[in-house]
Amino acid sequence: MTQQPPPAPPPLELVRVAKSFASVRALRDMSLELRSGEIHALVGENGAGKSTLVKTIAGVHRPDSGWIRADGVPVTFARPADAQRAGVAVIHQEPTLFPDLSVAENIFIGRQPRTRLRTIDRARMRRETEEVFNRLGVPLGPDHPARGLSIADQQLVEIAKALTRRARVLVMDEPTAALSGVEAERLFTVARTLRDQGVALLFISHRFDEVFALCDRITVVRDGSFVSCDPAADLDVDTVVRRMVGRGVDTLYPKQETEPGRVLLEVEGLTRGGVFDGIGFTVRAGEIVALAGLVGAGRSEVVRALFGVDRYDAGSVRVGGARLAQGDPKAAMAAGLALVPEDRREQGLVMEASIARNATSTRRGALSRLGLLTSRAEDEACRSWGERLSLKYRRLTDPVSTLSGGNQQKVVLAKWLATGPSVLFVDEPTRGIDVGTKAEVHRLLSGLAGEGLAVVMVSSELPEVLGMADRVLVMHEGRITAELDRDEADEESVMYAATGQPPREALR
Amino acid sequence: MAPERTAPAPRPREEPAPRPGRVRSLLSARESPVVAALLVSLVFASFFLDMFATGRNMGFLLLSVAAIALMALPMTLIVITGEIDLSVASTLALSSATLGVLWEAGIPIETALLICLVLGAALGAFNGLLVTVFGLPSLAVTIGTMALYRGLAYVLLGDRAVASYPQDWVSGVRAPFLGIAGLPWIAVAILALAALFAVLLHATAIGRSLYDIGNNTEAARFTGVPVRRTEFWLFTLSGTVASGAGVFWTLQYGTSRADTAFGLELQVVAAVLLGGVSIFGGVGTVLGVMSGVLLLGTVRNALQLLGVSGDVLQIVTGLILIASVVGPNLVASLRRRIPVPTILRPPTHHGERP
Repeated sequence: MTQQPPPAPPPLELVRVAKSFASVRALRDMSLELRSGEIHALVGENGAGKSTLVKTIAGVHRPDSGWIRADGVPVTFARPADAQRAGVAVIHQEPTLFPDLSVAENIFIGRQPRTRLRTIDRARMRRETEEVFNRLGVPLGPDHPARGLSIADQQLVEIAKALTRRARVLVMDEPTAALSGVEAERLFTVARTLRDQGVALLFISHRFDEVFALCDRITVVRDGSFVSCDPAADLDVDTVVRRMVGRGVDTLYPKQETEPGRVLLEVEGLTRGGVFDGIGFTVRAGEIVALAGLVGAGRSEVVRALFGVDRYDAGSVRVGGARLAQGDPKAAMAAGLALVPEDRREQGLVMEASIARNATSTRRGALSRLGLLTSRAEDEACRSWGERLSLKYRRLTDPVSTLSGGNQQKVVLAKWLATGPSVLFVDEPTRGIDVGTKAEVHRLLSGLAGEGLAVVMVSSELPEVLGMADRVLVMHEGRITAELDRDEADEESVMYAATGQPPREALR
Repeated sequence: MAPERTAPAPRPREEPAPRPGRVRSLLSARESPVVAALLVSLVFASFFLDMFATGRNMGFLLLSVAAIALMALPMTLIVITGEIDLSVASTLALSSATLGVLWEAGIPIETALLICLVLGAALGAFNGLLVTVFGLPSLAVTIGTMALYRGLAYVLLGDRAVASYPQDWVSGVRAPFLGIAGLPWIAVAILALAALFAVLLHATAIGRSLYDIGNNTEAARFTGVPVRRTEFWLFTLSGTVASGAGVFWTLQYGTSRADTAFGLELQVVAAVLLGGVSIFGGVGTVLGVMSGVLLLGTVRNALQLLGVSGDVLQIVTGLILIASVVGPNLVASLRRRIPVPTILRPPTHHGERP
C-alpha cells in the first residue's frame, strides 16, 4: 500500500462543515477527506460530533454551512438516497436486517433483479451474492436466513449489500463494539481486501489497538471541530488521546491496592440449561472480580441471573451469608446487590424519562415522604450525585436521551450507587464511551472497591480486565474455564481460556 | 485549523432558574391543547346556546359523563403502562345485571352493592391473570372478556329489565351536592377520586414506575419494578371501578339491562387518548384525561342541544378520537423539519436501483 494519495480527486470530502440542532452546535468546523484505497480512522470523545458527521455523510443531516464534494464536485445530500447514489454506504454497529428473509434477499431488498417475465430473478440474486462474498473472502451462503446470524455476519451482509450497490465509500460506525476478537479480525481482513480494491473506508472506533492496527490515516475531532489528520505511522496512542481530550489523561487504569475483606457474595453451582453451567465463585469486600470471555460466553446471563432478572435452574446465591431468593430483583436490591446492565439504552435507562427520574428510579420509596414523591426530592438527590460523578447536563428535567453516551452511563451508575450496594455488578461499564469518561468510571470503581464495595465486572475489553481486576474469571461457552489472579492474568492466558483452547495455539 | 478554544471543564452545569422551565413545560405539555379546547368549547357553548349554561343542563352534562370519567381513571393508568382494558363497559353491564338479579332475589341493596364490587374486582383480576401470567396481549384478552362479560350479563337477565329499585336510592345518586343546582354529588366524588388518582400517578413511587413500564418495560424490570404484579393490580382496579360505575349507572337510570352501556368502552378510550395519554404508553396526566372526558361530554351535549341526532353524535365522537390520536403525531412531525423519522436508520431506506 502506498502513502502517496492517488492523483484523482477523493471520492468524498467534507470541507468546513457546520451543523447545529437548536442551541447545540454539533459540528463547528469539520473537515475530512476520504481517499480511495485507504482506511481512514475517525477518533474523538463521545459528543465530539462523530455521529453527526456520519449522519451528514449518509445524507440524514444537511450541513448548515460548508461543502461536501464527491470526486471533487460539490454535491448536496438532501436525503439518504442521494448519498447512496454517490456511492456512500454506512455500516452500523448493529445492522437491521429482515430476519425472515435470506441473506441474498436482504442484500437485494427493494431492488431485486427481474427476469423477462418481471418475476424476481432468484438465480441471479444468488449468483451475485456468491460473487460478492467471494470478493470479500467470506464463507456465507446466499440462502442462509438472516435470523440467527451473529452480529458480525450481519455486518458482512450489510457490507455485501453496499458493494452490490457499487459503494465506493464505506463508513463503519463502531463496527467492533459488539464483536469478539476473532470476529473483529475477520472484519479487518474484509476491510483490507476492500481497501486494496480501491474502496475508501472510514472506521470509527474507541479501541486504539484496532485503529492503529487497521488504519492508514487518523483524523482526530474534538467539540465538533477538526483537530488533526496524520498518517497513523506518525502517531502514537498518547498523542491521539491528548488531542482527543485536549489534555492529558493521567492513567487509564488507576487500580488502588486493597486488602480484601469478608466474603460478600457466594455463588455455587449456578446452572441454567443451555446458557451457563456450574458457575461458582466468591467475591470479597474491596475486590474487583472480572468476568472475561468472548461475547456469547454467558457472562451477562450469569450476572442477570444473580441479580434476579433471569431465573436459573440449579445452584445457590448467598449475599453476606444469607440465601438470596431467585427471580426477584427487588429482593436482590434489598440484599445489597446492584446491576449496571450491558445495554444502557434498553436495560439501564428509560430514555424518554428525565435525567432526575432515571437517576432516582432505584430509591423512590426512600425519597418519598408519607408516601409522596416530589420532583424536588428527586432533583435534589440527582443533583448531589451529578456533582459527585461530574455529570454534564443542561437541565435535570431534560430527557436522559439528550446526554452523551458517557454521561448516560454516569446516570446509570448514579442510579445504582445511590442504593448504597454492597455488591455491584457492572456489565461492560465503559462500552461505547469516550476515553475521558472511561478513566473517570475506572477511577470511580476502583475508589468504591477501596471503600469496601465488592465489584463484579463483565468486560470484553482485555486492557480493562487486566488493568482493573484483582481476579479474573474466564468463561467459555457457559463455563468458567480459568480463575486467574492479578499477577497470573495476561492477554495470552485470558484469551486461551476464553477460546477454550489449550495454551500456545491459534489466536492473536 | 486547530481550534483555539480551551477544553470545557467537567463541572456539572447548574440548572437555570426553574420558573421558565416550568412555564415552558406547561405550554408544551401534551394535555395543554385539550385543556384549552375544553375551555374554548365551554365559552363558545355558553355564549351561543342559551340552554347550555343552566344549572339543569350542567347537572345533566356532569351525570352523562360520570360513568365515563370513573372508568377513565384506571384506564389512564393502564394505557400509560402500554396496555388497554376494553372490557370495562361489559364489566359495567354484568355488574348492573348482577345487581338486578340480587335485588330481585330480595338481598338488601347495600349487600348487593358490595357483592357487585367484589365481582368487578374478580372480573378485573381475571383480565390481569390472563395478561400477566399467560403473557397474552391485553388488547386480545379484553376484547375476549368484553364479549364474555356481556354474554354473562345476557345469561343473567336475558332481554328482561329490572327496574324496581328503591326510589330514594335512585333519586339519591342524582342529588345535588350541598343543594347546589347543577352540581351532582357524584361529580364532586369523582373529582375527589380523580385527585387521588392524580396523586397516585404523579406523586408516588408507584406512579413513576407506571411511566417506566410504559416507556421501557425491560429497564423497569432491571430497576426492580414488579411489572407483572403492578399490571395485575391495575386490571383488578379497573374491574372494581367499572363495576362501581355499573352500580352508579343502574341507580342513575333506575334500571338494569344486559345491553346497557353498549360500546361505552370506546368513549372511555377516546377520552383517555383525547386527554393526551399516548396509546403507546409512557405519557399522560390525570388532568388531561379529565379534560378529555369533559370535552367529549361538552361537545356531545352542545350538539344535542342543537338537536343533532344520535348517529351524528357517534360520528363526531369517532372523528374527535381520530383527531386526538393523529394530532400529536402530526404536530410532532411538523416540529421535526426533517421528514425522515430518526428511528429509521439510513441503510434501511431502499428503493432506488443502482
